[in-house]
Amino acid sequence: MLRLENVAKAFGGVIATDDVSLAFAPGSLSAIIGPNGAGKTTIFNLISGKLRPDSGRILFDGENIAGLDETEIVRRGIGRAFQVASIFPSLTVEESLMAAVQSHRRQTLRMAERFRHSNARQRAGEIIDMTGLGAVARDLSANLSHGDQKLLDIALALALEPRLLLLDEPTAGMGPEERWQMIERVRALWQAEHMTLVFIEHDMDIVFEIAQSIRVLCYGAVLAEGTAEEIRANPDVIEAYLGAPAEDAEVAP
Amino acid sequence: MRRSGPIRDMIFGLGVFVLLALLYVLVDDAFVHDIIIKTCIFSIFALSLNLLIGYLGLVAFGHAAFFAAGAYVFGLFMQSEYVGPDSAWAIPFGVLLAMVGSAVLAAAIGAICIRAKAIYFSFLTLAFQMILYSAILAAVPITGGDQGLMGGFPKPVFLGIDLAEASHMYMFCAALAIIAALIMRQVVESPFGYVLRMLRDNPDRAAFLGLKVKLYQWITFVLAGTLASLAGVLQSLLDIGAFPEWAFWAKSAEPLFMILLGGMQTFLGPVLGAFIFEVLNAVVTAHTRYYGLVLGAVILFFALGLRRGLGDYIWQLVSDRREASGRADA
Repeated sequence: MLRLENVAKAFGGVIATDDVSLAFAPGSLSAIIGPNGAGKTTIFNLISGKLRPDSGRILFDGENIAGLDETEIVRRGIGRAFQVASIFPSLTVEESLMAAVQSHRRQTLRMAERFRHSNARQRAGEIIDMTGLGAVARDLSANLSHGDQKLLDIALALALEPRLLLLDEPTAGMGPEERWQMIERVRALWQAEHMTLVFIEHDMDIVFEIAQSIRVLCYGAVLAEGTAEEIRANPDVIEAYLGAPAEDAEVAP
Repeated sequence: MRRSGPIRDMIFGLGVFVLLALLYVLVDDAFVHDIIIKTCIFSIFALSLNLLIGYLGLVAFGHAAFFAAGAYVFGLFMQSEYVGPDSAWAIPFGVLLAMVGSAVLAAAIGAICIRAKAIYFSFLTLAFQMILYSAILAAVPITGGDQGLMGGFPKPVFLGIDLAEASHMYMFCAALAIIAALIMRQVVESPFGYVLRMLRDNPDRAAFLGLKVKLYQWITFVLAGTLASLAGVLQSLLDIGAFPEWAFWAKSAEPLFMILLGGMQTFLGPVLGAFIFEVLNAVVTAHTRYYGLVLGAVILFFALGLRRGLGDYIWQLVSDRREASGRADA
């Protein structure tokens, strides 16, 4: 469903993505891992249209989407959530999700009706139930806990009913217990929504536990691909990443 | 209750109109009537600017360009050979012409300004306003240059409304201000209006929700410019002319002050600000030449003392109390 062919991106002289080719099967749950600066988020930025690749093709359902802007790529069915929760602080959770649903339904140019009366409220409620944000639905997004803000970020992406969802470190900045809750929720959403899911993660235990397949990036290039067992046993990976003095998985929020 | 949003707003608007009409009848004082008329005109001006500043998060410094454009288009049309003392269609058509003309101008200026970000957007709006100002000064045969549109124009009676009558002018300004406010209220409470808040909060995220950021910014810019021109039209009717100071950058600062005084988070904040501004203007200039000093002190009080406009301050008090009583009930 998604295929990157020889994608490259450099910032000035710094090579962020170096001839990367990757493929993700429909309905799969995949992880991208790699040390800091390996180019993981850059890959997401290239897929989602925040950056345009210097060369190479990005095929989504067979169509080259490289170079399209983010709104066009979203409309084709690729949603994303961010490493640092990207939300709308002055809107409540429910308002944010209603607006996202309206965007998905292309109702946002309507000036003659009232936002509050919109039938998007029902769908927003479903997403709130699905993501477990019910207790804070009427709270301002700015006042949510860190974990709930990360959830809201994912919920916003879900409102667009994406066929491919990109999650950039869904557990960033969380304590151990919260991490597992979050990742269980992500897995449940993936199963319920029948979508293709790719996530970036630092925590090896989490990756090995839930990802069907894993891509290891290092210095902007693909170092290894495979199942958890294959990655665990790969000598290159052990040397480059797993063997290195335990990298602090915690990323400051 | 929840379904009654637009109807509730219309009833509120009608109530305000009745109150203003009563005020006119009960208080027979030209000084008071003048303050109300100016408050109405500047409410339209400040509310339209607040669409950009308060809701969209774009600080436009050149909003008076559209105020002046409305005034000049209307004034020039009313002075043209097509308009005679019996042209009943002239004023409604002139208002429409001025608004359409300003909308076209706003569409062109907006298309360029929204390409720039943050402070550069502000500077560009200011630059366009100063270009318009220079053009008005330079085009002496048409605009009268620094003298303005002199010589007055007729105010033909239409639909029984005679704007040469002080009472009719008062009601006309009140009615148009209320209608303009109701339109803007509807816009900010619509699905479109919530997109504006999202673009203010986090435009990057909005783009990843499929929203074309610049399209929404442009539409809002055009809408705000068009409504600002209505304020210019009313000012032109009041002064029976149009003057280049209306296109000068300092004119853009006035609605900005009103928004600061009244508050940008509450919909009616700018209206309250316009009222405070006009009362200060009328009262202070009657007693001292140092108007700027007093205005500056008042703004400092709001900025440093309340840390927000009066409307926002009151709204905060009300919602705090509501929350407190809600907790007591529970």
